[in-house]
Amino acid sequence: MNLIGRMQGFYKYKDLLVQLVSRDLKLKYRRSFLGYVWSILNPLLLMLVMTIVFSHIFRFDIANYPVYLIIGQTLYNYMNNSTTHAIYSITDNGPLLKKTYVPKYIFTLAKITSGLVDFLFSLGAMLLVMIFTGISLNFKMLYLPVIAVQLYLFCLGLGMFLAQAAVFFRDIQYIYNVVLMAWMYCTPVFYPMDVLPATLQWLVSHFNPLYIYIQQFRSIVLENQFVSMRFEGLGWLYAFIALLLGCITFFRSQDKFILYI
Amino acid sequence: MEDYIVSVENATVRFNMASENIDNIKEYFVKLIQRKLMFQEFFALKDINLQIKRGEAWGIIGTNGSGKSTLLKLISGILKPYKGKVRVNGIIAPLIELGAGFDMNLTARENVFLNGTLLGHSKKYMEEHFDEIIEFAELWDFLDVPMKNYSSGMQARLGFSVATMVRPDILIVDEILAVGDYKFTKKCEQRMKEMLDGGTTLLFVSHTIEDIKEMCTHAIWIDKGIAMQQGLAEEVCNAYIAAQQ
Repeated sequence: MNLIGRMQGFYKYKDLLVQLVSRDLKLKYRRSFLGYVWSILNPLLLMLVMTIVFSHIFRFDIANYPVYLIIGQTLYNYMNNSTTHAIYSITDNGPLLKKTYVPKYIFTLAKITSGLVDFLFSLGAMLLVMIFTGISLNFKMLYLPVIAVQLYLFCLGLGMFLAQAAVFFRDIQYIYNVVLMAWMYCTPVFYPMDVLPATLQWLVSHFNPLYIYIQQFRSIVLENQFVSMRFEGLGWLYAFIALLLGCITFFRSQDKFILYI
Repeated sequence: MEDYIVSVENATVRFNMASENIDNIKEYFVKLIQRKLMFQEFFALKDINLQIKRGEAWGIIGTNGSGKSTLLKLISGILKPYKGKVRVNGIIAPLIELGAGFDMNLTARENVFLNGTLLGHSKKYMEEHFDEIIEFAELWDFLDVPMKNYSSGMQARLGFSVATMVRPDILIVDEILAVGDYKFTKKCEQRMKEMLDGGTTLLFVSHTIEDIKEMCTHAIWIDKGIAMQQGLAEEVCNAYIAAQQ
């Protein structure tokens, strides 16, 4: 199917995407007392615990540690949650895909998108911490959504790749857990970049897309300045590489899904 | 050519019947080394030809496992043919299993929208037809109850009601009317007849030959993936029954 055909297909099913995303959000907090408040409260509490741990047990010399931490944590959590859910997006909807014709990527897209909505909620938590620690808002912050778009595209590509791979090899979900763990330690989420050895610093700043997105975010919020054009371009490059890889692998193998789910 | 609403040409569907699904990497490499990867082929359908004109009603008959549901899945686009071509000109409402699109944790009201959009309709369209759907399913009292508390009959009612509300060009029905109570089954048959009169094309799988004879103009008899006979419903049904005895 060509690109135009796909776009038309997507347009037809756009309301389905909305329904799937709202289903995820509704079910997530159904029957909990505080409901959506948890989306803000949860990252706040996590940040609080980690701030206490890391300012008393392991000390890092970072200015405004709570904000530094919550930025890294929010972006990492978005990547973590959305891609982990995306892995199951095809296999979990197997019974459905066997019985009706629906564009299959819509389920993966929905998982990444509902993660994004959660991410937007946790930006509220971030804002609270920023106000509380006395960071003044600046106009450069209007650029933050653009960084979120980079991250979104990156997660979408990665999610599509993982989702299609998981159809054929269920092991992916276990392997990916380990990868995520390693990825977190390779990303300066709770420690400063300069505790790493120089070679590792170079590797992380060039080959860890997540760090690139986090760094863009921190640079604007904490230092009120943009990162270099080159660094920014690298972020977009990784986003599009991931998206391309995800789309190619997904669309190439999607006709075989039904034989394996 | 153009006046066929469904056209299946020399379609073959192949499954990999490898005794167990290879879905982890270790097994994959073991099988790769043993050269057992490619694989036990199984042809669920072989060289099927089927041309359906607008407004016809086709019954599909055959024993269990003969490929009836596979044919329906092929036509609704769920399966892709391994060889051959499938062309469909119109909107399909597949009733392959009722409630397939329901999320049991959501309420009936939410599920109507979910299921409707799964069938490719807009939210606005579903809002316009919402009352009609619930009216037909007779489920006004249970609208805001999670679907997991529904009986299978109630689920079937809602599923049928959503799928047939949408005025599809082609309605695909796979033995689903068995679960409803007598009155509702009659109501479903009534609605299917109305749709047929309104120009909808019907594809119908049933083991009740009387139903096929009553509902359908044409029929195709499939046995082990091969089309044994197709033509007028009466003739095909009689040949099928004769062969079974």
